[in-house]
Amino acid sequence: MRDVSIIGIGQTAVAEHWDKSIRDLAVEAAQAARRDAGIERVDALYVGNMLSGELAGQENLATVIADAAGLLPVEAIKIEAACASGGAALRAAALGVAAGAHEYALVVGVEKMTDYLTDGVTAALAMAADADYEAGHGISFAALNAMLMRRYMHEHKARHEDFAPFSINSHRNAARNPFAMYRQEITAEDFAASPIVADPINILDSAGICDGAAALLIAPSAEARKTRRPPVRIAASAVATDTVALAERRDPLVWQSVADSARLAYAQAKLGPKDIDLFEVHDAFTIVSVLSLEACGFADRGSALKLAAEGRIGLDGDIPICTLGGLKGRGHPVGASGAYQIVEVVQQLRGEAGAAQVKDARVGMAQSVGGSGSVTVTHILQV
Amino acid sequence: MELPRYHRMRGTLYRLEGSACRKCAHRIFPPRPVCPRCKAQELEPMAFSGRGTLYSFTRVLQPPRGFTNLGTYSVGMVRLDEGPMVSAQIADADGTELQIGMPVEMVTRKLKDAEEHGFILYGYKFRPRLRAAGA
Ligand SMILES: [Zn+2]
Repeated sequence: MRDVSIIGIGQTAVAEHWDKSIRDLAVEAAQAARRDAGIERVDALYVGNMLSGELAGQENLATVIADAAGLLPVEAIKIEAACASGGAALRAAALGVAAGAHEYALVVGVEKMTDYLTDGVTAALAMAADADYEAGHGISFAALNAMLMRRYMHEHKARHEDFAPFSINSHRNAARNPFAMYRQEITAEDFAASPIVADPINILDSAGICDGAAALLIAPSAEARKTRRPPVRIAASAVATDTVALAERRDPLVWQSVADSARLAYAQAKLGPKDIDLFEVHDAFTIVSVLSLEACGFADRGSALKLAAEGRIGLDGDIPICTLGGLKGRGHPVGASGAYQIVEVVQQLRGEAGAAQVKDARVGMAQSVGGSGSVTVTHILQV
Repeated sequence: MELPRYHRMRGTLYRLEGSACRKCAHRIFPPRPVCPRCKAQELEPMAFSGRGTLYSFTRVLQPPRGFTNLGTYSVGMVRLDEGPMVSAQIADADGTELQIGMPVEMVTRKLKDAEEHGFILYGYKFRPRLRAAGA
């Protein structure tokens, strides 16, 4: 297998793009990534997307985007792994390049969510849960995470306010990212006063509904020297799965697919949690950050809240997370989020993260979680 | 939901029917073709008693499309006395403060109003266990 690097990145602002369609967003990000690399050639297109069938009435999406971007007759496939679709698309593309099937592969993560009212989007997102035994009973995604959060608070004697530092951190970092949607800092008082969605989860625990696209051009590391921008190596790419229904886990507070995919990634990269300079956590809800940090070995069980309380997740902490806003601050266009995370890690490792720059960042991890921890994609990037 | 799908689920929705593994005696809800513990395929149907305790719960204040007519409602994860856990709506909870660990029992209720297919969907929910039934 060949070593693979990211040679170009592109992204649209994350926003409510009422004047742009799903293909407009995808093409904008794709062209930006090709310009960034200074490479026109694309041998294959991998599209990460979760809901185009449900929210845009459009499947066969990869062909639609290849067509719109002027890439015909290139090979094009959509990869769907719920909210982890963007990360999964990079995994598939990297395998294609590593195997020698393609030289230049383009990954586009895209989601268009704001054409619908909240109840429609809530129902669509619940499709990542078990249709018969969760969504079919009116159990929304926020509700699943709320039940986890309540149980966590019960087992570890935590208070809701203990989760505030995660949201505050994401918003603080988003304020330094021109592509982020929620660029206002928040306080603990704002967090406490935020309206409840599914108790104990409130609005500021939850990533918002939005539109966006992010793109990555990848190539064999041997070719990467020819490109305009410094290449970033994919040191690890790993996927793991767990039961779709939360209730069927032996212990719902142990996110086994997160732990398994991180373990595989650490082994591939020959690195461990201590070597990671920054971690783009899938902070769809504050409780997800907590469970992910514990599953990935950054905190012992029941102690991730302490990590945040001690300020260790900030840009100058020992494990900065969600450095350009995360899902909470940047926004969570679900199938695109995994690709945004990779774009952001590349920005950090190139030293192009501006006011959000993590000093001397050499190794970055990005983790994209689908469903309530049922599928996890972990990437480790390195310069 | 489509009528054939509803028909296929009648065992789970009405009788809380899952599986029991003939090899390792693991009890599973909902039913599965392969035992997640020992990977055996020798599973037989098993109806659960419907009694259990509340593992966790929440109140859905932003219902998904299809459930907005309920207003807001409580949902929970219930650890059945026989071992497996099930997620469901919690009924008859108004005026009761739900608590982790409280005893609950299955009831059959309307899950969804008639949609375009014209039939009403019934299935399991759980409610705080009545003292008489729990004695
Ligand atoms: Zn078994």
